Amino acid sequence: MSELPGDLLFTKDHEWLRREGDGSVTIGITDHAATALGDLVYVELPEVGQDVDEGGDMAVVESVKAASDVYAPVAGSIAAVNDELADDPEKINADPFGDGWIVRMTVDGFDESALMTPDAYQQLLDELDD
Amino acid sequence: MGSKTPHYDKHVDAGARIVDFGGWDMPLHYGSQKEEHHAVRQNAGVFDVSHMTIVDLKGDRAREFLQYLVANDVARLKDYGKALYTCMLNPDGGVIDDLIIYYISDTDYRMVVNASTREKDLAWMREQAGAFEIDVVERSELAMIAVQGPNARELAAPCIDAEYRDAALALKPFFGLEAGNWFVARTGYTGEDGWEIVMPAADAHSVWDRLLAAGVEPCGLGARDTLRLEAAMNLYGSDMDETISPLEAGLEWTVAWEPADRDFIGRAAIEAQRENTDRRRFVGLLLEDKGVLRNHQKIVVDGVGEGEITSGGFSPTIGRSIALARLPAGDYDRAQVEVRGKLLNVRIVKTPFVRNGQIRIDV
Repeated sequence: MSELPGDLLFTKDHEWLRREGDGSVTIGITDHAATALGDLVYVELPEVGQDVDEGGDMAVVESVKAASDVYAPVAGSIAAVNDELADDPEKINADPFGDGWIVRMTVDGFDESALMTPDAYQQLLDELDD
Repeated sequence: MGSKTPHYDKHVDAGARIVDFGGWDMPLHYGSQKEEHHAVRQNAGVFDVSHMTIVDLKGDRAREFLQYLVANDVARLKDYGKALYTCMLNPDGGVIDDLIIYYISDTDYRMVVNASTREKDLAWMREQAGAFEIDVVERSELAMIAVQGPNARELAAPCIDAEYRDAALALKPFFGLEAGNWFVARTGYTGEDGWEIVMPAADAHSVWDRLLAAGVEPCGLGARDTLRLEAAMNLYGSDMDETISPLEAGLEWTVAWEPADRDFIGRAAIEAQRENTDRRRFVGLLLEDKGVLRNHQKIVVDGVGEGEITSGGFSPTIGRSIALARLPAGDYDRAQVEVRGKLLNVRIVKTPFVRNGQIRIDV
């Protein structure tokens, strides 16, 4: 298992979130989630401008095996989506924390303590492995 | 922990993601299901299918028994090693299981049935066999692999005992032969050329190693499912079960109606259904919109009615989503599928979707 990037926050649903300099956040799914799903074949993205609630359905990732909802880790408004996933959903498998990002959101602020640090998420993964 | 095949350690060594399949710990994939799928379409892959149930039937009245037990007619088997695909029906015409029968002689047949239906199949066969004085012998001590792909036979041939190698390479499609204590058949579940090979469990490890060393890709159940879906081969439990007759599962071609006086189990029920013009269609679907078709999604045929996807997924060869579906009777070639509250367009296409590496539908 590769090391988790230190600038990310995580959810128990295996999503990651990164604060950008302009106050927006970038969101994707973790390496663990992508590996569990298997080769991704389709990503259903939200509309730009759409408002999403914390915990609400935001996107759907479909692998050869199954469809899986991606939930919004925080409330906000969709500022951008990763259009390249339409033609190349496997970017999520290849680079889940980089080119495989899913959406960018503008947020009014959120409670960071509700999310997991890389250490806390690593601990969750370790427990799942046991 | 489930049952383990003789190849289990090899799967773990090769980095397999292991899943439960009908009580067996089986490899889902070894890293990338799509790459395994493409390996079979373009070169060669090997599947561990040792979980499948091998049953030998022996007895003076074995032929007569099988003519009663299954919907296809083993009288069609006249040549040594010839294989027959068929369904075993209950009296209501529902499918207890689908299986392959290999002909050794009129008193000796080998059958391969599904792993998930093992117990009920054996119980049903033994219940029917009593009056015919047939020995129903399960061969759980044997391992089985499927080597599939355009180069599969060539790459696997060196594993076959030299004494039988030429004969194995000369097998015509849907024939098998006994090669010492092995059984080699030119059959499979992928839509590609290849062999299925039954062998003593003691040979399983060395053969697996030799195949991988020869460049044959280890393939898991995931790729097995997408390959069989592209080939439009039915999966028991998804496309048909005990409530579905072969006529509503696209398997009428496996029912031998002639001779008309052959009384097989379920015959009366499916003969009645045969006359019924309202019986459901079993078709191939191509998704024309973006998305992925999945099992149990609802199909809506405007002005006709509703149906259901029985096997759906993404076709790695076509790069689009395909499915098998049971739909209401009627003459139409378009429908819609309900996916997460939206209706997407599907087109009915003639199957198979893919065969021998070639896309066979208009995309």
